[in-house]
Amino acid sequence: MTTTQAQEPSRDLHARREPGRTRRRPVSDPRARGRGRRRIGRWAQTLVVGALGLLWIYPLLWVLAASFKDSLDIFSGGLGLLPDSWHPENYLRAWRDANFSGYMMNTVLITAGSIVLVVVRCAMAGYVIARFRFLGRRVVLAVLVATMFIPTGLFVVPVVELSDLLGLLNTRTGLVLAIAGGGNVAAVLLYVGFFSRVPKELEEAAVMDGAGFLRVFFRVMLPLSGPVTATVVVLTFLSSWNNFFLPLVFTFSTPQNRTLAVGMMAFQGTNSTDWAGLAAAASISLVPIVLLFLLLQRYFVEGIAGAVKN
Amino acid sequence: MTSMSRTTEPRAARGAPRSAGEVAVAKRRRPSLWIYVFLAPTVVLFGMYTVWPSISSLVYSTLEWRGLGLERSFTGLENYRRLLADPLFWKSLWITLLIIVVTVPLRVTAGLLLALVLNNPRLPLAGLLRTAFFVPVVATTAIVGFVMGFVLDPSAGPINEALSILGVGPVDFLGSSRTSLWAVMGVHVWKWLGVTLIYWLAALQTVPRELLEAAETDGAGPAARLRHVTLPLLRPFAVIIVVLTVIETMQIFDLVVTMTGGGPFFSTLATEVYIYDTAFGAARPDLGYASAIGVAFGVLTVLLMVVLTLVMRLARRRQEER
Repeated sequence: MTTTQAQEPSRDLHARREPGRTRRRPVSDPRARGRGRRRIGRWAQTLVVGALGLLWIYPLLWVLAASFKDSLDIFSGGLGLLPDSWHPENYLRAWRDANFSGYMMNTVLITAGSIVLVVVRCAMAGYVIARFRFLGRRVVLAVLVATMFIPTGLFVVPVVELSDLLGLLNTRTGLVLAIAGGGNVAAVLLYVGFFSRVPKELEEAAVMDGAGFLRVFFRVMLPLSGPVTATVVVLTFLSSWNNFFLPLVFTFSTPQNRTLAVGMMAFQGTNSTDWAGLAAAASISLVPIVLLFLLLQRYFVEGIAGAVKN
Repeated sequence: MTSMSRTTEPRAARGAPRSAGEVAVAKRRRPSLWIYVFLAPTVVLFGMYTVWPSISSLVYSTLEWRGLGLERSFTGLENYRRLLADPLFWKSLWITLLIIVVTVPLRVTAGLLLALVLNNPRLPLAGLLRTAFFVPVVATTAIVGFVMGFVLDPSAGPINEALSILGVGPVDFLGSSRTSLWAVMGVHVWKWLGVTLIYWLAALQTVPRELLEAAETDGAGPAARLRHVTLPLLRPFAVIIVVLTVIETMQIFDLVVTMTGGGPFFSTLATEVYIYDTAFGAARPDLGYASAIGVAFGVLTVLLMVVLTLVMRLARRRQEER
């Protein structure tokens, strides 16, 4: 779509795009000509970057297209995206026979559970760390910051052993606890930063009205933290939906608990020649998260940009 | 972290409170049970899933331990002695380092170039283009790994189709130990460039538009504005963005496991993949040794982060002195 529009930089289109500038100067005015040239320059930039952008999403489009082809068509189809004939039954094979319906369910449940746990525990901890002085406050903060950069590879053996001892290994609950229980230091710090900036008058007013600790938190503070919570939700959503290491080691002996990513690995291991089915399985896993991103793009972008601003 | 100093201190301790509201708040500010109730979930869970694992890994790294539920015996520093003499461990560190050294500068510079183009509010379709570069970021890494297995396939993948049109190839990107690591790095850059782009766009938002307009009125062309206004203002962000990008790059596990599994001939064996293979992948699991690799890798990671943070502080201080 970029290409077709860019080929014809018609003046009318621009006039409509910039309503404040519709009154055109006489053509002889050199400034107007300069602006026109700059407009063409901008469209040229769009064209170049747009071509790169198309190239960027081409691999994903190619797989989406392959999910509707038959395996033979994929092998001979080359670079083309449109299938010779449509094969929606690829999806049936992945969804039902390869149990991607179950994997989808697991992924949704585990992601939702992780988001709830992270938001609740990090908001609560962030609130008290930001607004109260108490015994051990510095220790808690120091431990949080000190463990911020420790890689998963260091945790994974003890976490598996602990979950095994608690009878939580091979369960979805255990996986949620492992994903959301540890780490997520950034979420706590985001809440600490936010709550320490809330003016204390708000709190005082609520206390004057007779609100207790819980009421102040749930009725005043938590609703105020909407933007931070949105950021935390988005970041947790991305990290738990995309988590691979932990789901992989938590489902060795319970294939029915696999997430989409781990299920994909298993499916490839057993059906490595069923390219069309694999492409359908990949599309089942990718399309929902991409659609969700397109809908909530603002929050995703702000959530990630927040890392730089803070 | 700046928030630490901002915390409101109990007023009552400092002198007479000024309003009834402050009295009530001051009363409530005394350490109450609720504080610890609110802290409990994080302290307990974080203790179980982050603090305890970090400490017990140290202990496990001194054990001979061949699988969950099996007997363990203390072997002292034997695992570490083995580690120092293990060519695979050194190779894996080298691979991890190489991935950082190659992909981070690529992402940071390419992200900056793209951001400079896309930041122009009058650029047609800028929002749509930004979206295109960001889509791979949200795509599940492990799934992307498999997808790229198709895309890079030597017999039918589109990349080799395109190469054959140019009269090159076919190249077995993932099957040859000469190309596999470069293919993984290429996909890594493809996947994560969008994040760096967003970082730079956020940084560019802080450049005041009036300043650029003033420079324009003074006759500065686009190149001069970029060199003398925009880039100097972006410098403090550059360090932050490099650090964030390095942190993300440490997590290359998903992509490597799903694209190559660490092979062929260990050519893509990043350290976390080696830990996984030793602990869970091998025919004979070796949890003690895996813990030793984990501890060594953790220490090196934290050291790298400390160095980067110091560099960041230094850069910021220099910025403030100006």
